[in-house]
Amino acid sequence: MDFGLSEDQIMLDETLRSFLADQVSIERIRSLREESCPNHRDIWKELAELGATGILVPEEHGGSELSLLDAAVVAWTLGHAVTPSPFLGSSILATVALRDLSHKAIPGWLGGIASGETVFGVAATELFSKREEAGIRIEGGTLHGKAMMALDACNADFILVGVDPQTLAVVRRDADGVEVERLRTTDATRCTSEIILKDTAPEAVFENVGPTVQRMLEAGRITLAAETLGACEAMIEQAVAYAKERKQFNRVIGSFQAVKHMCSEMIADLEPARSLLWYAAHSFNAIPDETPLMSCHALAHASEIGREIASVATQVHGGIGWTDDQNLHFWFKRIGVARHLLGGPEFLRDRAAELQGLAKAS
Amino acid sequence: MDLEYGQEYEAFRQEVRSFLDNNKLKVKGRAPSELTRQQYNDWLELQIEHGYWARTIPKQYGGYGAEPDLMHTVIMDEEFNRAGVMRGSPSQGPSMLVPTLLEHGTEEQKQRWIGPTMRGEVRWCQGYSEPGSGSDLASLQTSAREDGDDFLINGQKIWTSTADRSDMIFVLVRTEPEAPKHSGISYILLDMKTEGLEVQPLRTMSGDIGENSFNQVFFKDVRVPQSSVVGHRGEGWKIANTTLKHERNSLSSNAEGTLFRLMRLMEKETINGVSAMANPVYRDRLMKLQARVLAMKHHAMRLLTCSLKQENPGVAGLVTKLQNCQLGFDMASLAIDVMGELGALYDHTKYERDKGFWQAHSFFSLGLIIGGGTAQIQKNIISERGLGLPREPKPAKA
Repeated sequence: MDFGLSEDQIMLDETLRSFLADQVSIERIRSLREESCPNHRDIWKELAELGATGILVPEEHGGSELSLLDAAVVAWTLGHAVTPSPFLGSSILATVALRDLSHKAIPGWLGGIASGETVFGVAATELFSKREEAGIRIEGGTLHGKAMMALDACNADFILVGVDPQTLAVVRRDADGVEVERLRTTDATRCTSEIILKDTAPEAVFENVGPTVQRMLEAGRITLAAETLGACEAMIEQAVAYAKERKQFNRVIGSFQAVKHMCSEMIADLEPARSLLWYAAHSFNAIPDETPLMSCHALAHASEIGREIASVATQVHGGIGWTDDQNLHFWFKRIGVARHLLGGPEFLRDRAAELQGLAKAS
Repeated sequence: MDLEYGQEYEAFRQEVRSFLDNNKLKVKGRAPSELTRQQYNDWLELQIEHGYWARTIPKQYGGYGAEPDLMHTVIMDEEFNRAGVMRGSPSQGPSMLVPTLLEHGTEEQKQRWIGPTMRGEVRWCQGYSEPGSGSDLASLQTSAREDGDDFLINGQKIWTSTADRSDMIFVLVRTEPEAPKHSGISYILLDMKTEGLEVQPLRTMSGDIGENSFNQVFFKDVRVPQSSVVGHRGEGWKIANTTLKHERNSLSSNAEGTLFRLMRLMEKETINGVSAMANPVYRDRLMKLQARVLAMKHHAMRLLTCSLKQENPGVAGLVTKLQNCQLGFDMASLAIDVMGELGALYDHTKYERDKGFWQAHSFFSLGLIIGGGTAQIQKNIISERGLGLPREPKPAKA
């Protein structure tokens, strides 16, 4: 019986935290705000050298072939440092899908993800939520239609497109008929975009791959939960540090019970959520029957406590927390926007009930 | 991450399971109060004989004498829970006094009290809180004045669970009135039949005077020999903290069991002919609670791992009481809401669901949020010990 991170996972966590603190400072992230896409290839290459990009890629393709719990450790540190990167799109969603399909997928894709040469964007929103008449269809062997809030697609080399819950396709970013337009959100650290496909010839189409599509979404949801909780942890750390140093009424504000209790409530929510995340991530490789339910709960719960922690940690800072200079808003927005990707909490809880036979499938 | 228990422990689990299969019919689902005292004590003795109770207490004090192994405790709890059978006794003697005596008692005190307490022959209550000393327990005023070889005790205790049914009380009293507040307290063992000691039941918001009864205990010139002190005079605060540590450990929860019960209620309960589970608002609330239950379940596994490895879990180890008590209250709240107009029924009224469990559970959970260190005291502890925030400065003396 050993419920926790292994020594290797703790070392991975420490290595990445210290790399991100040294190399991807908040000042560097601020400077990426002005760029057309925050997913800077330099950062991605550096993460590849540390083995982060290919964490789920099989060894035969040059990856480290670790578990989703290891990937969750990486995602936690990326959320903690609000690092912009296509980790969710390339290293999780695309890798989980291509790994299942690897005998059919074009050789080199997984190897490219592991080496950091190749970046995959992913259009997955329409698999569970269609708005603005979005949706991709295949007609006469080519792809047509529009996808909203695609992940990590602006600077990508390829885009993995969720056509329907049974069908995936891959297109080149620079293929004829592909338009990618950044959809700016409040979060300057994540790449989200609209993709319009007009008579685009796919590189590959995978049909009847329903289980793969579901596994891909489960892995994505767990990863997103890890990012959100990592960002929460960073916000709590900043709030506690500020409460220890800021003085009002001749006392540090952290000595007022009103402020102490805000901090206690945040950490009391975060730590059990971390335990749930670990279990959900562990289940992906060890107890896959439980993953559909656990992935819904892990992300819905992280999104709910995340909104509260983001708000309370900002309030601990008072007015200064509300300024651009303090940088705290990068974390607030990272948490806020993640809530809307791969399914919001209400959708995920409805799905959780459905998975247990408590709600009629709609 | 490895969630297997291993062969040796699975064998132990089988052993516990077959013991329960052979013996549970006699006690299944019964509260201790439904058994006669003799039946209850026999049941405790049978468990001690097999090592399922008093497992790690040395043989010379009436225990089973096994080496401590947390996994055994976990497995016994899991199997007894699954069988719906109580393991040992939840009362304050075994859970709080006995660990304290093992750590601080004299050889004579251990010989005299531990065995009979574990076998249910001697029942204890705890005399800590006073009307003027709740969260600030160390300010307690009940006095023990020296009189020859004895103390004379005067004062009042409150929130004394089961005092009406107890043979003995372990009580905190002020023996050194001149000393600073933390170092003037002693921990004393006292017979409830002593002259001058009076018990009055305290009716709570649940209206119960039964299983979960509270009392007030009044002391008027109650005479006790000085040899009844545990540890040394003036060390009572330190010793009581050992006991409180045991209390926090014993506040474990069966949140998953309560959630299953809530789910069954929601499937059964109908409004205008439609099951409550089919109502998306109720269902969403249920799923929110399920996520919290799952989080606490796996958090307990994480903390168990830390205990097994003798690692300090840090701040993660301080949040369980705060979360579980609130979770219990919130589950009861949803159940009561789902029952709608009938959710208000109480006191064994017609149409009451689950024999009135949910209203009782709501009151009980609210009591737990306050008892054993209020939620606000828990938050002070989390922020000070867990996050390193400073204590509230003491007000300047007037």
